[in-house]
Amino acid sequence: MAQRSAYFIPTNSPWPMVGCVGIFCTLFGAAHWLNHSHGIGQPLFYAGIAVLLFMMFGWFRSVIHESLKGNYNDQVDTSFRMGMMWFIFSEVMFFGAFFGALFYARILSVPWIGGEGHGILTNAYLWPQYSPAWPTNGPANIGGDFQPMGAWGLALLNTVLLLTSSVTVTIAHHALRSGHRGRLKVFLALTFILGALFVYSQANEYAEAYEHLNLTLQSGIYGSTFFLLTGFHGCHVIIGTTMLIVIWIRVMKGHFDKDNHFAFEAVAWYWHFVDVVWLNLFVFVYVL
Amino acid sequence: MAHAATIDHHEDHGAPKGFVRRWLMSTNHKDIGTMYLIFSCTMFFIGGTFAMLIRGELFEPGLQLMQPVFFNELTTMHGLIMIFGAIMPAFVGLGNWMIPMMVGAGDMALPRMNNWSFWLLPVAFIVLLSTFLLPSGAPAGGWTMYPPLTLQMGDTVAFLIFFVHIAGISSIMGAINIIATILNMRAPGMDLLKMPIFVWSWLITAFLLLAVLPVLAGAVTMLLTDKYFGTSFFNAAGGGDPVMYQHIFWFFGHPEVYIMILPAFGIVSEIVPTFSRKPLFGYKAMVYALACIAFLSFMVWAHHMFTVGLPVGAELFFMYATMLIAVPTGVKIFNWVATMWRGSLSFETPMLFALAFVVLFTLGGFSGIMLALVPADFQYQDTYFVVAHFHYVLVTGSAFAIMAAVYYWLPKWSGNMYSERMGKIHFWISVISVNVLYFPQHFLGLAGMPRRIPDYNVAFADFNMISSIGGFVFGAAQLLLVYNVIHCVYFARKRATERVWEGAHGLEWTVPSPAPHHTFAMPPVIEDSQLAHGDTTH
Amino acid sequence: MKSAGITRWTKAALAMATALFATAAWANPEAWQMTMPEGVTQSSHEVYNLFLISFWVCVGIGIVVYGVMVIAMIRFRKSKGAVAEKWSHNAKLETIWTIIPVLILAGLAWPASGVLTKMADTTDSAMTIKVTGYQWLWRYDYIDYMGKQVDKVGFVSRLAKSSNLARQLDSSHSPWDVKSKSGYHTYLLNVDKPLVLPVGVKIRFLITGGDVIHSWWVPDLGWKMDAIPGIVNAAWTEIKKPGIYRGQCAELCGKDHSAMPIVVKAVPKAQFNRWLAAHESDATLDKVSRTAKAPDGKAKTAGHQG
Ligand code: HEA
Ligand code: HEA
Ligand code: CUA
Ligand SMILES: [Cu+2]
Repeated sequence: MAQRSAYFIPTNSPWPMVGCVGIFCTLFGAAHWLNHSHGIGQPLFYAGIAVLLFMMFGWFRSVIHESLKGNYNDQVDTSFRMGMMWFIFSEVMFFGAFFGALFYARILSVPWIGGEGHGILTNAYLWPQYSPAWPTNGPANIGGDFQPMGAWGLALLNTVLLLTSSVTVTIAHHALRSGHRGRLKVFLALTFILGALFVYSQANEYAEAYEHLNLTLQSGIYGSTFFLLTGFHGCHVIIGTTMLIVIWIRVMKGHFDKDNHFAFEAVAWYWHFVDVVWLNLFVFVYVL
Repeated sequence: MAHAATIDHHEDHGAPKGFVRRWLMSTNHKDIGTMYLIFSCTMFFIGGTFAMLIRGELFEPGLQLMQPVFFNELTTMHGLIMIFGAIMPAFVGLGNWMIPMMVGAGDMALPRMNNWSFWLLPVAFIVLLSTFLLPSGAPAGGWTMYPPLTLQMGDTVAFLIFFVHIAGISSIMGAINIIATILNMRAPGMDLLKMPIFVWSWLITAFLLLAVLPVLAGAVTMLLTDKYFGTSFFNAAGGGDPVMYQHIFWFFGHPEVYIMILPAFGIVSEIVPTFSRKPLFGYKAMVYALACIAFLSFMVWAHHMFTVGLPVGAELFFMYATMLIAVPTGVKIFNWVATMWRGSLSFETPMLFALAFVVLFTLGGFSGIMLALVPADFQYQDTYFVVAHFHYVLVTGSAFAIMAAVYYWLPKWSGNMYSERMGKIHFWISVISVNVLYFPQHFLGLAGMPRRIPDYNVAFADFNMISSIGGFVFGAAQLLLVYNVIHCVYFARKRATERVWEGAHGLEWTVPSPAPHHTFAMPPVIEDSQLAHGDTTH
Repeated sequence: MKSAGITRWTKAALAMATALFATAAWANPEAWQMTMPEGVTQSSHEVYNLFLISFWVCVGIGIVVYGVMVIAMIRFRKSKGAVAEKWSHNAKLETIWTIIPVLILAGLAWPASGVLTKMADTTDSAMTIKVTGYQWLWRYDYIDYMGKQVDKVGFVSRLAKSSNLARQLDSSHSPWDVKSKSGYHTYLLNVDKPLVLPVGVKIRFLITGGDVIHSWWVPDLGWKMDAIPGIVNAAWTEIKKPGIYRGQCAELCGKDHSAMPIVVKAVPKAQFNRWLAAHESDATLDKVSRTAKAPDGKAKTAGHQG
């Protein structure tokens, strides 16, 4: 709760504006690009991304400066923490939508199309030849025959990678708290290396899927859920890894101390969140 | 600690000079709140102009003004603009202005992000409105964006979906900011159960926003991949299901409608006690009712889908859950009435709008309960009865509450009193014409007129003509609102006192009018006597 | 249409009165109609009663709530020198007005649940019709009747010419001139081929969509059911008295959503049998299709099926 020290209110900042320009270019560009492979869309999109990166750089820079100047009181710190926590919560809900789709398809719509219970007429009159199964690309065999992605190959490896990485990040955190900066640097580095490795083998998995399994985005509901869930998770791993690298650089620069390292914790939380999402993915997308 | 820096930053309480610095780069909750309100009003007029075109086409049978496709575009854009552009930003604007003042905070918890939340809205709506310029035209699949129809639209789909994403990001950041402000920036003495109900209503609304907007983002993202990347989420041939979209959409959609009414409840809970000069009846019950409504709103979504052929069990469950919501909502209505009972009532414009809210929202709630009865909904679904229902809860509900709030707090914002006479004129024209506009739509729906149609059988002619006339008058009347606000801010002579209203209680009424650019540099020390709900025996 | 206008408005008052007091059962939409049609099936009657009950319940609650408000506004106004009291809660009252609504709602939910379960039960029907919605027309296929398969009886049902002419932007034909022989205004409610059904038979409908979602709705039958591509929904009806019952597509389906009406022609059994026999022998009708194939032969897709 608020203690009686003066409120901290940042002075006017240009970065939100830059952010708006960035988001506008990115998504307006993306929209054009989706509709016409040529034209302004693509360049606009990349320009937007660049502006967004510039925005983050500048925005975080000013925040870091203020924090190093010691402008922040505990209240600001708490605000940042709450901000990050609830942001992660909204991310959870975002993944919730896709898990929801997965469960709905597996538990309800696929069996119905296959003629179970409520869907008996649907099956009899529209898809008589279809019997429910998972994985499936639907009665129309959309995208052609395919093989599902196995759980005990790359997926398992990825699970191991991510699990270890969240161990290493925790070790790094303890090292930071107990002021062992050497250990901190090493384990933080380990963490983002593991993250990068994950991204790498995920990429291999996709290549495998497209080249050998004929498992693509077009492979009916299985392909759809598989690629969107793993894909969005992958994006989050990439973001998380980048953040870890940034934090690592700051550590090398000697930022953070025992009791003042919110940025570090925020990234750690995010990394654990990415990890938990993966565990659910592994269980519900690969194993079951 | 180098607090010196922050403190002498607070030495000057004036607004920064220069348009760009003050508005585009603002970190001030009052300026940002003002921008939200101006933006909302602009969108209300754009969406309203579309509505006028809709009512114009429906003025009589046969096509007079436009081709059906354009009509569908107008309907779709009207819905999207009014919901995401007019109502939601208005509440965020009011929250920005009042929450920090009400809890004794210096500003919002994350002022820079606050600025970003706002400026993303114009971006979002540029993306959306730009679709009118596309060869494929604006989206015409309804604000609910059901597949497969929406997937038939051309290039516009991508723009529509990215609009939703940007608006969503904006709202999510806004919600995070409000939560952090309320949970972390309250001055000592402002315990949770002493907060004004408006603050409570926003706290709960913010959680709803955080929980459902990402889900909407997910739903439209699946639309995007279905259209552009050949996925089969909503295509039965690929093992998906068009109905699945509706489930995900309405999991967002129903809480969304409460997002648009809970802050309104909060506003009315501030205004009714003030002009009854009597403390709010059942403060705690009001808070629990809000929480209860929010909780229930997650388990009623399928009442928008009673005709898609759900299993009976599901329809029964969603019917019961939906009806339950009448109970906490009833508690609120009854408590407002009880607050008036044995009070000392006066009827300034904010009170008039608040009372109209209580009466007409309740009426909209009644039609809601009728809709909740599944077999009856088989008849009502997708007719003008539904249109009447949601305009009663949205226009005479949300929009009236917003107008009440504007009249109620304007003196605190501007330091001037608006013209009570003009306010009353605006109220009476609005409240009469709005019923001429929407009440006949109940009859049209019952008689069998479907919604989202540009043309209809002549049996529906008379009530449509009446409704349109009401619509034009109501629309024109809103110009008075704008006039009143501008007149109050720039030309009014009558200065407002600190307390403004005789019966007003709470921290926000102890600061000068107009409130200084930075209300509190230090957390104020709050005595319970200053608060409306300071007496914890309530 | 001007003159028509005047007479319409004069008729208005009277029509309103009937609408309000007599529980007038409209066959098809009428000018100034203010209530739900009672319809011509058991279900539609029960639905109509649910509507009435819930309506009057709400009126009752409204009278109480608004009544108290009005009294408060009259008795406790400052201008009349009312002084505010200080109390701000009363546990007993609050529990009462939490409990009472629960009871009222239970009272509403009970009959509703009964009606719903009955309407959902499509078993032991004596006839099956497959309804497929397309942009922007309906296709009807007679699947079976009295236990035996019907063959080669199926057709599409489009908006009638007269309406189609009148509905064009700045058309020279007035909607007011589109009338049935009986003089009923059928603008946007008439088709080239109505769906012919027997009365007194429990008919099961299998409803699906060929391209986007539509919704098959005839108010006099008491329900609507969405026609969803790739999904088959079932519903049933048993029409009590012969007549012509009109409805419309009730789910936004694009450009001509307002122009794909439904007309059901309910005839006595004997007459229906003759009609069916005639059409079964008639080879000119296009083939029954049990899959969602478009009427014009070229394969429109349920989703991207095919
Ligand atoms: C502010 C927005 C808002 C609010 C608050 C509500 C409130 C309610 N709504 Fe509404 N609704 C919409 C906005 C809203 N709605 C919109 C936009 C749509 C259409 C979406 C679209 O398709 O485009 C819609 C559609 C809609 C449908 C789907 C109709 C259809 O398409 O077939 C249903 C069905 O159950 C429904 C029910 C309800 C109920 C039961 C409530 C309840 O919360 C109402 C509770 C309140 C009261 C009941 C009155 C006060 C209570 C008392 C005085 C106590 C005593 C009363 C009783 C015991 C009855 N609404
Ligand atoms: C969220 C809030 C909201 C608000 C405030 C409104 C406000 C209004 N709405 Fe809207 N409406 C919706 C939300 C809202 N609506 C939604 C969600 C839908 C469903 C969309 C869908 O089906 O997908 C809908 C659909 C809808 C329909 C059904 C369309 C259809 O099914 O085809 C109609 C038809 O009458 C309508 C009318 C109006 C009117 C006349 C107003 C009036 O209150 C507007 C009054 C305001 C103004 C007019 C602007 C101010 C004044 C001026 C601009 C000056 C110029 C005025 C004149 C020249 C007279 N609305
Ligand atoms: Cu078919 Cu609307
Ligand atoms: Cu709802």
